[in-house]
Amino acid sequence: MTADSSPSHELAAAHADEHHHPDWHTYKWVALVLTIITVGEVWIYYTPLKETRIFVPALLIMSVAKFTIVCMFYMHLKYDAKLFRGLFVGPLTIAVLVVISLLFLFGHLALHA
Amino acid sequence: MATIALPDSHADHHYTATGQTHTKIAIWAFIGSECFFFASLISTYLIYKGRSVSGPCPHTVCRGLHPILNIPVTSASTFVLLMSSLSMVLAHSAVVRGDRKYSRIWLATTALLGTTFLGFQAYEFTSFVHEGLKITTNLFGSTFFTLTGFHGAHVTAGVLWLVTMLFVDMKRGLGPRDAINVDVMALYWHFVDVIWVAIFTLVYLIQ
Amino acid sequence: MATTVAAPPSRAATLKYEKGIWSWLTTTDHKKIGQLYLYTALAWFLVGGIEALIIRTQLYGPNGRLVSADTYNQLFTMHGTTMIFMAIMPLSAAFFNFLIPLQIGARDVAFPRLNAFSYWIFLCGSLFINASWLIHKAPDGGWFSYAPLSTRTFNPGLNMDFWVIGIQILGVSTLAAGFNFITTIINMRAPGMHFMRMPVFTWAAFVTQFQIILAFPILTVAVVFLLFDRFFGTQFYEPAAGADPLLWQHLFWLFGHPEVYILILPAFGLVSEVLPTFSRKPLFGYPVMVYSLILIAFLGFGVWAHHMFAVGMGPIADSVFSVTTMLIAIPTGVKIFNWLGTMWGGSLRFTTAMLFAIGLVCLFTIGGISGVMHASPPADLQQTDSYFVVAHFHYVLFGGSMMGLFAGVYYYFPKVTGRIMNETLGKWHFWLMFIGMNLTFFPMHFAGLDGMPRRIWSYDANQGWTNDNHVSTIGAYILFVGMLIFVYNMWRSRRSGTRVGNNPWDAPTVEWSTPSPPPPYNYAKIPQITSRYPMWTREGPHSISAAYPVGAPAEAPEPTAEELHIPMPTPTLKPLLASLALTLAFIGLIWHKQVPIIILGLALFAVVLLSWVLTPLEPEH
Repeated sequence: MTADSSPSHELAAAHADEHHHPDWHTYKWVALVLTIITVGEVWIYYTPLKETRIFVPALLIMSVAKFTIVCMFYMHLKYDAKLFRGLFVGPLTIAVLVVISLLFLFGHLALHA
Repeated sequence: MATIALPDSHADHHYTATGQTHTKIAIWAFIGSECFFFASLISTYLIYKGRSVSGPCPHTVCRGLHPILNIPVTSASTFVLLMSSLSMVLAHSAVVRGDRKYSRIWLATTALLGTTFLGFQAYEFTSFVHEGLKITTNLFGSTFFTLTGFHGAHVTAGVLWLVTMLFVDMKRGLGPRDAINVDVMALYWHFVDVIWVAIFTLVYLIQ
Repeated sequence: MATTVAAPPSRAATLKYEKGIWSWLTTTDHKKIGQLYLYTALAWFLVGGIEALIIRTQLYGPNGRLVSADTYNQLFTMHGTTMIFMAIMPLSAAFFNFLIPLQIGARDVAFPRLNAFSYWIFLCGSLFINASWLIHKAPDGGWFSYAPLSTRTFNPGLNMDFWVIGIQILGVSTLAAGFNFITTIINMRAPGMHFMRMPVFTWAAFVTQFQIILAFPILTVAVVFLLFDRFFGTQFYEPAAGADPLLWQHLFWLFGHPEVYILILPAFGLVSEVLPTFSRKPLFGYPVMVYSLILIAFLGFGVWAHHMFAVGMGPIADSVFSVTTMLIAIPTGVKIFNWLGTMWGGSLRFTTAMLFAIGLVCLFTIGGISGVMHASPPADLQQTDSYFVVAHFHYVLFGGSMMGLFAGVYYYFPKVTGRIMNETLGKWHFWLMFIGMNLTFFPMHFAGLDGMPRRIWSYDANQGWTNDNHVSTIGAYILFVGMLIFVYNMWRSRRSGTRVGNNPWDAPTVEWSTPSPPPPYNYAKIPQITSRYPMWTREGPHSISAAYPVGAPAEAPEPTAEELHIPMPTPTLKPLLASLALTLAFIGLIWHKQVPIIILGLALFAVVLLSWVLTPLEPEH
């Protein structure tokens, strides 16, 4: 469909990918884990834990877990060339640092206790 | 300087320095760039959280107005989008092994789930407007609708991409040689899902 | 040369695309696209220069009345916007386009049609924003468009509408090119061209593209907020709704600081090509030059609030950004020393390109020194928003970027056109520009420290700024004369300059192995790279006592792509059509939000885009 898809080249690349891809069993487990975490996130919202100080960190940990699982497995960063990890993790890291810096600068995060 | 021709002028035409395709590298670079796009939108939402001087608030009663966000409904739509990522990987698997029947089924499922998510969002947006929250109402309205609206626009673009893929599939059939293009589309789709994971937590769940 | 081969069936069809205007409108050839960028950018540079001349004339003496205050605001806004987005960036893009594939041993970029689209949407965007002059409603809120001043509450007219929309259109161009070049450099390097063998210009370009794809989305979001506020009534920058007046500044400078490195790094790359060639010596400390590029790009995302030392962020924030700003001076300074180290002990040849390159080294250093002075918040409280800042950034952008870009023009003109530029005229250009530039901008350091604020329309006779302004204006006119000489030189050399062979400067990098100009396919055989300086022997350049130009032009014509069985992309009008369609949608927005036109534009864009992605790049083979 796009420029560089000639039959032999694509077939070779597809076969190379195939060796690395997880199969559908793995995908279904991944989907199950993601569902469980999502259920956990929503459940915790409706419990008294919502008022405690662990609420926000717990939610952040759960969503980071989901984020990482989708990237590693569905987007198969775990199985692919390191190049892609670099192209993604680099900008992601700087972006997160920028968000945190902005939250400090606008007073949403205290710099001292 | 030694100048050596590669044995086959055809091969030298398809030579790549990494063994990966151009489109896959480009989509990851694009995804890296989109991290900054959504980081800016999310930052602004978080910066302006709690600073509206009028209009409704997300989670609490304020100024005599009901809280706006509907966690149960959004949890359902989040689940729908998460499942669409599953159907997307199943679609890609099917294309890779040349399974014409299931590639169509799973691609269509993904498009359908994506459209369902958009349906939930459309319902959400219209009910918020009825309850008094428009994009112009206050800081919450402006930041919320812009952030989730741009996310929805990305989902829409993804659905259009899926539909185009299905159209190509109907016309000439997608086979292993299309695996790369389906892979690239899948990466985009999963990224859009993963951004929603962040938005759901930061906007809906965290007060 | 090779035996001629019967023309394949597609030849008759493609013949129409090879000559004349049509070949330019439908080109996907990076070399032609590079030339389009070059000439367009130079034209906008002249426009920006005329805007500057009017500004300088207005400021020549006290109480000038050449233009009204309102027109003055439009002039300095457009001068800045034009120079940054329509002159320096596209000039850099001209070099990215022309050079990157040649320097890495490739035949074109990764996505040739997207490349063409980048140029056409740039042209459309630049015409769009300048069309505002025709109705005397050019943007007038400063090139940095601070909100809330730029919101509809305080700036109700069409002026800033042109800015917010024009910037978005231009952003599309730059972002698309960023993805294109990143993919090209990662994936299309010739065999043996390891990353640490790449020419430094390609490294500088590579690092710049990463900055682009990360910084421009932030600008996009900031401008989207402003656009939504102005067109749809959102509250992002409305203080009455509780909005923070600093939101714009933080978002803008998060983009704006990487942007200034985007503006300078390509020029650094060009200087790193020119100095070794005319010192007849390899670049000093190649690995350090590469690491410093990467470090500058990375640190560039951590210094943005040094543009905001006067807004009251508090001592902790001020200190953090002060430290990071001083830190970033280190890798930059290292480069200066490495360039000096390159020249030290070399057999120097003072061609025009070399003069401009040395000019950058000197003038950027001066600009860097005033920059480090800004890094101290207490000092900056005096300097900010004064002409001291204007002096600083013109030293780094004119004395830095422009000097480097001119060095690149003189150096690569023979490769692009097959002829060299006249050296005598070149030297006149250089000296007039060097003298003019210093006369114009050096006094501004003093005017600034004497209290002259930026962006003022006129000043009184008793403020002590008159002499500085006199000198600055004279300098500006000298600059202008230098530019006229340059334009004449380009025009004349294109028509009747001395013809040259592959490597008129006896330069080291692989692009100099191709004919001048290169054939459409660049390399008949993809080269195998075995060193950083493929064109020099192990001992160094071939002939230390070279008189330029070296070598003679080829006598026989190059074989065609068909004769060599090299598949070439089919020329196509779709990138141009897609640009026009997208611009139409934006015109619909600014023209009283005409929804039918917006929808028409987007629909046409979608149709062209669909046709584009479903069409293969090359004829099936």
